[in-house]
Amino acid sequence: MNAPAQTSSAIDRIKQDVAENDVVLFMKGTPNAPQCGFSGQLAKILSYLEVPYKGVNVLADPEIRDGVKQFANWPTIPQLYVKGEFVGGCDIVTEMFQSGELASHLESVGVSVKTPPKQG
Amino acid sequence: MPMQASEIEKMIKAALPDAEVFITDLAGDGDHYRAQVISEAFRGKSRVAQHQLVYSALGGNVGGVLHALALETAPPETA
Repeated sequence: MNAPAQTSSAIDRIKQDVAENDVVLFMKGTPNAPQCGFSGQLAKILSYLEVPYKGVNVLADPEIRDGVKQFANWPTIPQLYVKGEFVGGCDIVTEMFQSGELASHLESVGVSVKTPPKQG
Repeated sequence: MPMQASEIEKMIKAALPDAEVFITDLAGDGDHYRAQVISEAFRGKSRVAQHQLVYSALGGNVGGVLHALALETAPPETA
C-alpha cells in the first residue's frame, strides 16, 4: 500500500487474481459498465453462462493494463483466465462459446455453467 | 497513424512465408481489420499459440497502432 506499485508487483497482483479466482476477466470497464465492445461481449457471454467471475478493470490501473499483456504474451484486452490459465481474447472465447467448447471447458475444470455442454 | 491492409499482409508473410492472408477493412477507417490467415505453421498448435504467431509477426503493432484486428487462423486443409 505504501510503496508505489512497480510492474513486477503488477504481475504479482495478476498472478494472485488468477490464482484466487476460478474465472477472471481482464477488461476495459466493469462487468456492469464495460467501456469497450470487445470487453462487453465477453462479459455478456460469462453472464449468459451464469459463470461467477472476477472482472478486473484495466482502465483503472495502467500497470495492470501493461502487465497483463506481458503476463500472457497477448497484446490486447479483454483476456479471459480459467483456473489460472489464459484461455483467449475476444475472438477465441467467442468462437469457443459458439461451439459449446467454452461451457465444456469450464465444466471440465469444475466451474458450473448454466448451459450444459453439447453432447458429442 | 492507421496501418494499410497491404502492410499487415506483408508483415504476416515476412514471418510466415507460406501464409495465405485475407484482410477485410471492417469499418473502412484503416483501423479495424479482420485477417484470415492460413499457414502450415499453425498445425498442431492451440488457437492461443496460433494467434500469438500472428501478433508476433506484426511486431507489437496490435493493440497499439492497430487498434482492432479480428483474427481467424487455421492450418491448410489436408487434401
